[in-house]
Formats: sequence, structure tokens, C-alpha cells
Amino acid sequence: MRIDWTSYSAPGLHDELIGPGGGARVAGRALARYLTELGGAEIGVRQQAAELAIKAMGITFTVYHEQGGSIDRSWPLDIIPRTIARKEWNRIEAGLRQRVTAINHFIDDIYHQQRIVADGIVPIGIIASSRNFRPLCIGVSPPAHCWAHICGSDLIRGADGTVYVLEDNLRVPSGVSYMIENRQVVKRVFPELFDSAVILPVDDYPAQLYDMLAALAVHCTGKPEVVVLTPGIYNSAYFEHAYLARQMGCELVEGRDLRVDDDDCVFMQTTRGEQRVDVIYRRIDDDFLDPEAFRADSTLGVPGLMRAWAAGKVALANAPGAGVADDKLVYTYVPDMIRYYLGEAAILPNVPSWRCGEPAQLEHVLANLESLVIKPVDGSGGYGMLMGPMSTQRERAQFAAQLKAAPRNFIAQPVITLSTVPTFVGDRLEPRHVDLRPFILSGPSTYVTTGGLTRVALRKGSLVVNSSQGGGSKDTWIVDTEG
Amino acid sequence: MLARVAENIYWLARYLERAENTARLISVNANLLLDLQRGYELGWLPLIEITGSRLAFDSQKRRSDEREIVQFLLADAENPGSISASLNAARENARTLRDILPDEAWEILNEFFQEFTAQLPAGLNRRTRFDFLKRIVLGSQTLAGVLDGTMSRTDAYTFMMLGRNLERADMTSRIVDVRSAQILPAAASDLVPFHTIQWISVLRSLSGQHMYRQTRRGRVSRVECLDFALRDAQFPRSCMFCLRQVELSLRTLSRSSGVLDTLAGAHRFLAQVDFFQIDQPGLHQLIDHLQVYLSGVHASIAQAYFPALPGNARRPIQNQVQDRGSTLPLFT
Repeated sequence: MRIDWTSYSAPGLHDELIGPGGGARVAGRALARYLTELGGAEIGVRQQAAELAIKAMGITFTVYHEQGGSIDRSWPLDIIPRTIARKEWNRIEAGLRQRVTAINHFIDDIYHQQRIVADGIVPIGIIASSRNFRPLCIGVSPPAHCWAHICGSDLIRGADGTVYVLEDNLRVPSGVSYMIENRQVVKRVFPELFDSAVILPVDDYPAQLYDMLAALAVHCTGKPEVVVLTPGIYNSAYFEHAYLARQMGCELVEGRDLRVDDDDCVFMQTTRGEQRVDVIYRRIDDDFLDPEAFRADSTLGVPGLMRAWAAGKVALANAPGAGVADDKLVYTYVPDMIRYYLGEAAILPNVPSWRCGEPAQLEHVLANLESLVIKPVDGSGGYGMLMGPMSTQRERAQFAAQLKAAPRNFIAQPVITLSTVPTFVGDRLEPRHVDLRPFILSGPSTYVTTGGLTRVALRKGSLVVNSSQGGGSKDTWIVDTEG
Repeated sequence: MLARVAENIYWLARYLERAENTARLISVNANLLLDLQRGYELGWLPLIEITGSRLAFDSQKRRSDEREIVQFLLADAENPGSISASLNAARENARTLRDILPDEAWEILNEFFQEFTAQLPAGLNRRTRFDFLKRIVLGSQTLAGVLDGTMSRTDAYTFMMLGRNLERADMTSRIVDVRSAQILPAAASDLVPFHTIQWISVLRSLSGQHMYRQTRRGRVSRVECLDFALRDAQFPRSCMFCLRQVELSLRTLSRSSGVLDTLAGAHRFLAQVDFFQIDQPGLHQLIDHLQVYLSGVHASIAQAYFPALPGNARRPIQNQVQDRGSTLPLFT
């Protein structure tokens, strides 16, 4: 049966495919027409085919099991793609480049002269109190003064169509492998669409990642040895670690495979003896990276890795300490950083934020808890938040007490109603909320993924897109409507 | 390649081979029992001894009847040698090898594992058991075929072959051992036809009946069967053949002279046996000795190539059962 878009409604929301009048937006016209003809039942058949393909391809993510150990879940993909016009994407991409460039200037500045502090733009207290500020990094100069080599920024679109940056993940952002695999699966189930529409490819990422990493081996004369460092199979992103290592043709190492010698060089233990390592794409948090420098109880890391890095004998991506800009309070200063370092206005706005550490702003937040989202500055994954409009009197009272006790630890934002994309539910298409995580590679040059990973809240009305909390994902199409 | 990865791929191959051969083991015992007359059978208990899982079995206080023992060997999560545990360990090892293994191999292993889990009730049902066991053998063979057909001949492949052939040599000897356990009174001349039937069952369990006929011709005899299963130079499941493959693999690696010396000892031991002189209890002893040699080869490979275990390192994947059933000190 043909899809009837008049019964698909998203009142008061911005839908990425269907415009206010019920007609498809430019980038999604071919898709909407195709879906209309296909009909609900056939879409269901394709959705099932996609789920089978995902199972067979072993695309999984790991969740921890209650009884200890872990289990693999098939990666949740909704086959209806999210479409963005190339023209709009070009602007977003420029905004992301600008943002990450400024952030890298900021991190390098913070660990050197701290000009931005001296000039009164960012207060020193903000930095000193950031949980991810690493005094050990002061004075270290990584190659090209680049710290955040891989950044995953979360973008959301509000009801009025504005695209905001919600947060920048600068430590070990994940999801890029699913972006690539989603495309593989959707190509299998909608092959016809790829004939008719100009959909930009996404699969260049591993090659770009490898080139960026290899370029960090500034002292290496031959072919550099690049490895991916994983915490191991029990990590929720292990699939991705293995995927990227394989796509790049690099060894996937664990901490116990590596050793730092007395000359601060890093070696891996192979069947043909020890071999020097030049670049480590590490997927382990700073805290666990080196028991000599950070948490002494870490068995995942490599003793001495920090001194090897500080001595310039090995490159780490991302650099230790890059997470200082991951803090949500530091986030509120990014537009200022862009102006300060680049002399430009931010292309992509932040979500308006109140800093609870500033008394006047705290007062406003306390008076408006019911309409705001309160977020811990070092949280991620949607944990430890207060969603004002859905909260109870008691929860608000608890949060108010927390805010007063440790105001530095929180920011507040208005509730942004995320845009929606048609999503297959039962036997029909319904609007579901989405965000978008593009990935930005920074080294001697900058690269932005074509689109990114679209995450979707599968529950009706839910704004929580995290896969650990029942979120799904979608393929993201940057559609060239002019070429 | 990384020492840890070499170890994981070695164990992946061992566990796959172990799952396949445990299926063969159950199948040969079931066949033997069908061929025997009532009153002579020893039942299923010898399989517990042969798989070296006596301790695990006793600790569960199970009855030693067919149902309980087959369940223990097929599906028991607490029995590190069960098919279910072996496939699980193979899969866990493969998970650490996703950057090394061809995509198809991971897909097939996943499907194999899922099918095994789904079909398990059929394996516990006497009527459907043979078919179930056959599918395990086929599943393992399919995967081995995909790996052979798609993996470059690098160290990763070499360590996989080392694991496969060492485990296969070990398990073939155990399958022969099942036969030595189901002893018929030698004096009872009316049982002679049953002896022959029993050896044919052993050959069938090794998928070797046809190859035996082609190369040995004539009547199936005990001595010829032993020579075929343990010492044939052409049959890919014979112990001697597997040892030769281990040798070829080792020769492609650097620093293998120590392991090759150990292997030569096993080879000499097997070469000098005179099967005419060996009675059934002697056969059991011989197989015990052979397994001690094989675990010596394993220890030697581990020492030369696998990561030394630092004090606090975890080693999550292996079910350490490779030295099961060896009751004798290592020969020197």
C-alpha cells in the first residue's frame, strides 16, 4: 500500500524529510517518492532484510550483562535514511572545521602561555577545575600543535530549523564505524535509490584516518607503524576498534602488548621479536592510559606511555589532556574561542547555556528549573541530567540543592525539541527524534566526514538517542541536488 | 604479528577442531554401542575419561547414563571441553581477531554458533543426534575451508594451522582410544565380526572409511586401522600427518628450532611403535604417551611465541584443558 504522507504529521516539529505543507524537502524528494511507491509492507520486508544482514555481518555493540560478562547486541539500524542537502552540509562542514580549529588552538594555548586566560576571555578557574585538565601536559608540544585529532561533535536541529552544536567529544568519540556500515547495509536493501540520486559516499574515512595518523609520525623516516590501542573485547566499542584497525591494516593492540623502554621508545611484542611503534590511535581514556602517570590501578594502559609521548618518541591520538575542552562548561566558551583565535564569528551556534557557577545565571536557573535541562559538566551518554519539563517537584528540589552545593559542576540549557525523521514503526512511518554526530579529523590538514552518524530515539516522543539507552541509528545522506 | 594475537588465533583453531572432534567422539561411541551386543557394552563413561573431564564431571554429581553424559559433552557450560564451551571459546577468540580474520569467516562462525545454540535440543534427542553431530562437523569444515581459501599465508595463518593440526592429532588419538576402551573379551570367538564392525565405526568417525579402502584395500583389520589412524602419511586426520603439518608450519617461523626438536621426539615415538605387539591396554597407554608428547609440543610453542604471563595479567579466552587426561610425566 502506498504511503500517505498526509497522515504522517509532526506538528510543531521540524521534520528532516517532510516540510510543513506535507511535501518532501528538496534533498529528500527522490527518497520520499520512492518510499511512497514502495509502501509500508515492502518497507517492512526491507527492514527485516537489513536486520538479517546486520546479524550476518556481525555488526554489533556490546552491552554489559547483569551477571557479569558482556553480550553482543545487533546494531540497531532504521533503514529510512536521513537526508541533508549538500548546500546546507557545506555550511555545517565549514562550521565544524572552524570550531575544531579554534578548539585545538585553545588546548595548545592552555598547556602553554594561556593567553586566552591572560586576556580575560576564559577564567583560569574554569580550566583548573576541569576534570580533564592534565597538568602533566603543560609545556608538551605534539606534532602540528594538534591535540584533538579525532573529534565527534553532536549536532541537533531545533523546531525553527537552526542547527546547534550540543557537545564536542574530544576524548575517544565512537560511532564512525557504524556510519560506514549503515551505508553498506542500506545500499544492500535500497540499491535502486543509489542509481537515481546523487548520494555522496562515506567510506573514505578509514583512509583519511590512516593518512592523518601516519602524518603524526614526524620523526619516522620509513613507513610508520600505526596501531590502534583498545581496552579489549569487553569494551562497548570493541567492534569499532577492530573495524578501524582492519580497515587501516593496522595492528589492534592491547596495553599488555606494548612496552616502553628506558629510552622512552614504545615497542610491541610480536612473534618475530619486539617492534617499534610510532603512532598510537588510543581508544582508552586518559585515566587508564598510563598507570605511572594517571590511575595506578589501571591494567589496560602502558606504564611509561606518557613520558614516551612527552619526549616525542610516540604520537598519541587524541593527545592526553585534549579532554579539557570536552568539559561542558568549557564548551560554553567555544564561540568566544572562535572569535579570539580566528577573529571570526561562529558559523554554528552553541545551544544557549547558563553557567551555574556564575551567581546571576545560577539565580535564573534556579528560578526556571521547570523549563530547563540541567547537565553535569563532565557527564556524557545522557546520564545525571534533569529534564525540567518532565521532572517532579522532588527531583527539582534535589537538583536545586546539588546546584547550590557545587554550581561549577552544572550548566543549564533550554529544552531543544530535536528534529524528526520518518522511522519505520510496526507497519508504517512515524516521526522520531534524531541528532547527528559528524567526525572531524585534524592534523596537518582537516577532514570532515560526509554527514556522520544519525542517531534516533526509537521510542515515541523520546529525546534520548544513545544506543545504550534504546536508541537506534540511520544512514545519513548528503544529497547533491544541483549536480 | 602480535604475540597475543598469535596465541588467540592458535586457540581459535584448536577450539574449532576440538568442537568438531568432540562431535566425532560422541558419534563413534554411539555407533560402537549400536554395533555391540547387549551385555558387553561399557556405555558412555569412558568418554569422560578420554576427554579428560573426570574432575568436572564428578563435581557435578551427575548420573553416568547416556543422557547425562551426552548432555555434559555437548552442552555443559561448566565442562571446558564441551562442544558448547569450545565453540564459545572459539567465538570469543575470534572476537579478538576481528581485525585479522576475513569478514566471511566471522559471519560463518557467528551463524554456526547461533545455529548450534538453536539446534541444541536436537543434539540431546537420540533420534536426531547423528544429524546434529554431522552438522557440527560440517560447520567446522566449512569454516576451515573459508579460512584456507581466503587467508594470506602470513604468520596468522601459520599459527592457525599449528593449532588446528596439534588439536587434530590429539583428538584423533582420543577417538582411537574410545575403541580401546570398549573392550570385547578377546577369547570370545563369536565376537570376531563385531571387532571388524567396530574398527569400521572408528574409521567412519574420522571420515576415513573411504580413504582407508582406497589406500589399504582388503579386509579392515585392527593393525591396519591403527596404522591408518595414527601413522598414515596421506590421510589428513592421522596423527603422523598432522605432526608433519605442524613441522611444515614451524619451518616458516623464525626461532623454531627448539619446538622442532620437541616435535621430532613425538615423531620418533610414533614411528617406532609396532602395532602387532600392542594389546588393548597397551594401546591405551601408548595413546596416553602420545598425548604427553603433544602437550610438550604445545608448551614449547607457547614458550617460544606467546606472551609471557606477567603477574596481574588476565587471560580471558582460554579454557585450559589442553593437558587433560595426561597421566604420565613428560618423557625426556
